[in-house]
Amino acid sequence: MGKIETSVHRRIWVDKLFKTLIILLSLSSIVPMFLILFLITKNGISVVNWEFLSQLPKPVGETGGGISNAIFGTLWLIGLSFIVSVPLGIFAGIFLSEYRGGKTAYLTRLSIEILQGIPSIVIGIIAYVWVVMPMGSFSALSGGVALGIMMLPVIVMATEETLKLVPDSLREASLALGVSYPRTIMKVILPAGLSGILSGILLGIARVAGETAPLLFTAFGSPFMNQNILKPISSLPLTIFNYATSPYPEWHTLAWGASFVLISFVLGLNLITKLVTKKWKVQF
Amino acid sequence: MESSVLKIENLAASFGEHTILKEINLSFSRNTLTAIMGPSGCGKTTLIRCINRMHELVPNARVSGKIFLDNQDVYETDPIIVRRQIGMVFQRPNPFPTMSIYDNAIAGYNLNGIKLRKEEMDQTVEESLRKAALWEEVKDSLHRKGSFLSGGQQQRLCIARALAMHPEVLLLDEPTSALDPKATAHIEELVSQLKNTITIIQVTHNIAQAARVSDFTAFLYLGELVEFGPTARMFTGPKDRRTDEYLSGKFG
Repeated sequence: MGKIETSVHRRIWVDKLFKTLIILLSLSSIVPMFLILFLITKNGISVVNWEFLSQLPKPVGETGGGISNAIFGTLWLIGLSFIVSVPLGIFAGIFLSEYRGGKTAYLTRLSIEILQGIPSIVIGIIAYVWVVMPMGSFSALSGGVALGIMMLPVIVMATEETLKLVPDSLREASLALGVSYPRTIMKVILPAGLSGILSGILLGIARVAGETAPLLFTAFGSPFMNQNILKPISSLPLTIFNYATSPYPEWHTLAWGASFVLISFVLGLNLITKLVTKKWKVQF
Repeated sequence: MESSVLKIENLAASFGEHTILKEINLSFSRNTLTAIMGPSGCGKTTLIRCINRMHELVPNARVSGKIFLDNQDVYETDPIIVRRQIGMVFQRPNPFPTMSIYDNAIAGYNLNGIKLRKEEMDQTVEESLRKAALWEEVKDSLHRKGSFLSGGQQQRLCIARALAMHPEVLLLDEPTSALDPKATAHIEELVSQLKNTITIIQVTHNIAQAARVSDFTAFLYLGELVEFGPTARMFTGPKDRRTDEYLSGKFG
């Protein structure tokens, strides 16, 4: 009797120990995230006000000034990269999910996977060689191309994965009504996968919104409100990089503020993605 | 004898090395219901998918022989045209999940880019839902998603969707195999009414169902058409020994 009791006690004890351990470890994995959020909020939120969001930066020595050029630049760059990557990415995703077994599909998928693994700074150099050098100037366009190349794999993969889940019975339902293949893809298959594709696009945007490296020799940065896509443009990460590496303490404060704005934007995008996935999910 | 609307001549079908159907000759009379029965894997589904060229979706499918719809060779016609003239309902109800009941019923027009006036659309939707015996149940919720309906209702919605295109022939691929007995009875009753106005070819593995609803029965075994004739005659006095054994439950 005694022996069984001890063994049961031991069992229960080990059970509890294991449970505590995994809870502690999973909690510790969210600690860095909260520390980052806390630090950035603490240092950044006091800087953020309407003036900070709406004004252009001021020269060293003058107090005040804002980051409106960087906010505008980031939105502009996201817009450009969207145009570069979304149509291409969605069509590539359709191709991959439609012609799963083929050789071309295999090569395409492989290239997309490799593209995803290429360091962002290298993509920046590529965009420099492709766009900046021939055009002779740093530009918003070249930054958009660099970010678009970074977004492309995210969108292709999200589209492919989502469309693969659309059951064949829907395709058959459409084709059996005498609907042509392109119309079946555009009007039946794509709408059924819309939530997954949208969340892929949003995640792609969230990914490139914080990229600095590919912009260093493409968009380059600019203290002005630039609306010409052939001229250099600022962005939030570039501004943070420039301010944080500067020797002026007041600029460091501005960098915290810009970080807070950027992280709120990315966090917001991620939350919206969750909502979109949940709300527009199609039940098959 | 009624006029024949659909005629199959020397049809053979295979997927890669695998022969599914050999030497099928069949003729379907206008406004009758023909049941195609046989054990699993005998080629029933392949046979009706050859009729509206849906088998072509499988990459290595091959077909020889001819199929005539009103003397027009199905294999010489664009599959898009063929499929508008020959409607199909599948084993599992497959309404479009992103569309309302209304949009599902009219989907054949919308997806094909055929523009109808609002009144024409309303009329087509009501007419086809009435024909599919679904109108009374859904007339107040036409703009809800089709996927909220029960399985049997979804299947009737799929029938309505096919009927809206005014096809000459309706192919039903085991339309009740995913449904409960009550919904099955409902569909059977519906199908018996529909056959007065449209030619129906129904695949079934359910012998009793074939006996209840069909005018003619084709018995398929191992890719061969063993026997074809009026249902009543076939069930009372089958000519082929295999038909007799299948009907008496010795295999299948």
